[in-house]
Order: sequence, then C-alpha cells, then structure tokens
Amino acid sequence: MTAPLLEVRNLRTEFATRDGLLPAVADVSFDLVRGQVLGLVGESGSGKSVTGFSIIGLIDPPGRVAGGSIRFNGEELVGAPPERMRALRGKRIAMIFQDPMMTLNPVLSIETQMVETVLAHERVSRQAARARSIEALSRVGIASAAERLQQYPHQFSGGMRQRVAIAIALLHNPELIIADEPTTALDVTVQGQILYEMQKLTRESGTSLIWITHDLAVVAGLADRIAVMYAGRIVEIGDAGEVLDGPRHPYTRGLLDSVPAATAPGQRLKQISGSTPSLLRLGAGCAFRDRCQRAGQACGTMPDMTAVDGRSLRCHYPLDAVREAA
Amino acid sequence: MSAAPVPLATVEPAQTPWGRFWRQFAESRLAMLGLTMLLLIVLVALFAPWLAPQDPYDLTKLDLMDARQAPGAKSMDGLTYWLGTDGQGRDMLSAIMYGLRVSLMVGVLSGVIALSIGSVVGVLAAYLGGRFEQIVMRIVDIQLGFPAILVALILLAVLGKGIDKIIIALVTVQWAYYARTARSAALVERSKEYIEAARSLGLSGARIVLRHLLPNALPPLIVVGTVQVAHAIALEATLSFLGLGLPPTEPSLGLLISNGYEYLMSGKYWISVYPGIALLLTILAINLVGDQLRDVLNPRLAR
Repeated sequence: MTAPLLEVRNLRTEFATRDGLLPAVADVSFDLVRGQVLGLVGESGSGKSVTGFSIIGLIDPPGRVAGGSIRFNGEELVGAPPERMRALRGKRIAMIFQDPMMTLNPVLSIETQMVETVLAHERVSRQAARARSIEALSRVGIASAAERLQQYPHQFSGGMRQRVAIAIALLHNPELIIADEPTTALDVTVQGQILYEMQKLTRESGTSLIWITHDLAVVAGLADRIAVMYAGRIVEIGDAGEVLDGPRHPYTRGLLDSVPAATAPGQRLKQISGSTPSLLRLGAGCAFRDRCQRAGQACGTMPDMTAVDGRSLRCHYPLDAVREAA
Repeated sequence: MSAAPVPLATVEPAQTPWGRFWRQFAESRLAMLGLTMLLLIVLVALFAPWLAPQDPYDLTKLDLMDARQAPGAKSMDGLTYWLGTDGQGRDMLSAIMYGLRVSLMVGVLSGVIALSIGSVVGVLAAYLGGRFEQIVMRIVDIQLGFPAILVALILLAVLGKGIDKIIIALVTVQWAYYARTARSAALVERSKEYIEAARSLGLSGARIVLRHLLPNALPPLIVVGTVQVAHAIALEATLSFLGLGLPPTEPSLGLLISNGYEYLMSGKYWISVYPGIALLLTILAINLVGDQLRDVLNPRLAR
C-alpha cells in the first residue's frame, strides 16, 4: 500500500460574513490514492466546491482555511507560502471549472492562453510550448488542432471550450485534477463525450481526479470512491458502487431516491423534505436532523465519522447494510 | 461518381476580436463620416507645415499691411487669403492648420497620459483592494467633486503658461475619470471565472493584471478616452480663450477665437468664426467616433 497522493485531515474553511463566521467546510477528511477518481457529491452550498478551492489554495478573503491539514505527496499545503502554491497550481494540481464560457479569456487566442500556461512553469521555447499545446488539444479529441489553436474562444462551442479547458489542465500532466462540475453547463450528449475523454485520460496518465458534482448519474459511471457532503461535512464516504447500491446515511439515501429514474413513471417524484439549513445557525447536533425521518434523541449531538464495513459515515442511526424496499 | 472528397470539418479562419470590432464599427455611416473627418483633420494637423500657405509662427513673413483682410483677399505678394487674416496680418487658413496641431496634440497627449495613469491606478485599486483602493477612490471622488475648469484655472494660475503646463493641468483634471472607469471595469472582470482559472494555472499576479485583466477592462476606457480627448480640446480652447493657456506665439484654436473676439462686433467675423468651426468639427468628429465605439463595445448592446 503506497502513501496516498492527497491526504485531507479535519479541513475547516470559514468565510467571514456580516452575520458572523460561516463554516463552509468543517471537519472534512479523506484520502485520495494515485490514479483514483473521487466523486465529491452534494447539493449547492454543501461545501464541495470550497473543498476543491481549499486544496488548490484559491480561497480568497473574506474566506480562509481555518484549520486542518492538506498533504499533497506528503507536503503540507495549508499555510504553504503563496509562491510555492503558485508553482504547484497548473503544474501538479490543475483545476477545471464549471462554465467553459467563462473560463477562457475572451480577448486572447487559445494559443496565447495555452503557451503562457506552459511557459509559466517551464523554460522551453515558444515552438516547444506550441507543439505541446497542439498535442494536448489532439489528446482531448479536437480535430485540426494546429488551426484551432489560433482561434479565439468565441469560435468554439461550449463542449469544445470545455475540451480546451481540459487540454490546458493537462498541459503539465498534473498528478491531481480538481474538476468543479465541469459538465453541468453542457448538454447531455456532450457531457457523455467529456466524461468518456476524462475517464480515458486519467486512466492513460494515472492522474488522480476529484470530480465535484451534484449529479449522481455522472459519478456513478466515473468515480472509484464517493464522498457525500452535507452542510460542509462529509456524511458518507466509500467505494462508489457500494455507496450507490446500499447507502447507509439517510441523506445519501434521500439523494439517490430524488433521482427521477428511481421513481416509477406516473408516481410522484420523491424529494427530501425541507431545505438545507443555514450554515450560520447549525447548532450543535447533526445538520440533517430536521429533515431526517430516522432522527432521534442522539441527533442533538454531532455524530463522529465511524468506519462501518469499508466505508465511513456520520450518523447515529445508519440504515441497514441491505437496501430496504422503497 | 467522381466528386472530390468533401472535407468533414472545415475550420473557419481565425477571426480576431479586432476584425469583428471593425465590421461592427463600419455599420454606422455617421460614424464612418466622423472617422473620415477625424482622419482628415489629423492629417491636416500632422502635415500643416507642408500644407499651409504661410508659416504663421514666422513673424518676418507677416505683413501688418495685410491685417484683417476679408476671406478671399489677395496679399501684397499674390497669395490668396482664403479665410482672411487676423489682426497681425496672419493667414487664417494657415493659423487654423497650425492651431489644430496644437489643440490636437494637447488633447491627445493629455488624454494618453491621463489614461495611462488613471487606468493603472484604477486596475490596481480593483486588484489590490483594501486600504489602497479606499484612499485612491476617495481622492478620485474629491477630484471629481471640483469643476474641471476651476481646477485647471487654479493650476495654471500657479504654474504659468506653456504647453507642458496646460498638459499637466489637463491630466490632473482628467485622470480621475479614467481611474474610476478602469476600477469599475476591472472589478467586473476580476470576478469572472477566467481570472480564477488563470490563477488556478499558476500564472503570476503581474501577468494576470497586465495580460488578462487590463485588455478586458479596455473597451470602456477607450470610450471614455475619446469623450475625454474631446473634452480636453474644448477645455484647452476655453483656457486659451481666457488667456490662461498657451503663449500667443503658438496659437491654438482657442487663442485664435479669442484674438478675433474684439473684431467680432465690427463685422470682421472670420477671425473668430473659422477657428470656431474648425474646433466644432474636430470635437464633433471625435464624438461621432466615440458614440459608435460606445455602441460597439457596450456588452449590453452586444449583437
């Protein structure tokens, strides 16, 4: 067993707001093994994106990483000097963002944007940087890469732009890619293509991937492990297949039941009643207790992460291992 | 079947933002008229020494006997004064050409300097934020609280006459407009995802500001720039008219108008009116171009 590529321990990221400190991420711990794909799942505001941004060191004031540890290849990233973080970013840790319409600079050609990324981390000639860029574009399935390189973002469709963004992320063969809902803004067929490309690329290069999404269907086909986040905490983490087939945390279960395919046609769609609590007024207990049908006395205190047959969950009254009849 | 194989994917030629911009700009005939006028005016100003029939700065060429000649009159040595002469016997056409030179130079130079200072200060304020932004933007507020002409008058009263002095005065008056525009444009751009993406790629702060932030914040600055250059030219003319701007040996349009003012009542209109028309046309041309720039560069009107 080799040491994991990424070890996150008790990560806490806070944002200072007018109404007080907002703990966007609290007590998040997970490991990521080299070459593995982790699906980070949760609703809007559950802290999954903030977790990603914390790892790559892009939390801006009023936010800050308030505690915990992020170890990348054994190197502590929390509190690392900005220069060190900048050297890692784009080189060994890359990020892909949600909206491909917004992540490419509209006034610069693709060539400029790719070449400057190469040159930011390596002293090579412009020709070499250009050749690398063309190769990266071909790798993500862009035809006539050399001609496409000279074009501007507005000449690409949404799916193509996301491919360009992925190509840019791949330029330095990073060890870790953090993908923040990269397919959410794309239509389903394009989404499928991008997923396929990502899967292929990570397998070929042995890159680890953190795939942040709210779409369970996406992670189901892609991720090796799944971490479900709720109100800034991981509530359940484990092998993707096991978690999806037999969720033990009531929230994971609720999420899975909310997928329209889980309901027979004609029946009312299932939903989790209530809405996400405000992170400013969480109180002491389990954040899910007001929406949970299994909530009991013990839920007034925050449950710890406990390991149950190969996975960890944060619940006082977990579901049985076997999936109950719905 | 002998048809040539059809390429599956044709790649359209790289279309630069500039090419698109130009096509949109050329859609308005009025703007093209303004641009043509402006180009002509600039050419006349640039080549005045070769185009003008007379060198109005060379006092030995002037003949007091030819003073206040009506338009179309002939000089002693056979030259035609198409636009008449002024009180010193200067050919008005030549004086206007040279005056345009001075007015445009003062307007453009002060505009460019103010734009450089203002946009750097504004973009830095937006990027750095915090106390720097607070202090700079309050200075801008105070600066903009005073009427431009008042600030310029006070400065010139202290500094004295001269082209350099008037440019300093105009820059002082104008940089704040650019700073405010640059800051708001940069604030909008800074919050966009491509800046975040650029940071996630490990690009340096200087590169992000210069290469990513500034070019995207440029369109509103160009629009403000054209309007401000027109303002600067008008303001310089006003100051010169009041006798505070340029020395009489190198008359700008404003000074020419002022020179003819005393003769206006005695029917010798041309000394003031023709420089006035030249000034009017210059400012009109700049504003026509500026209006179209604003329409083309305004993202809300984007087509």
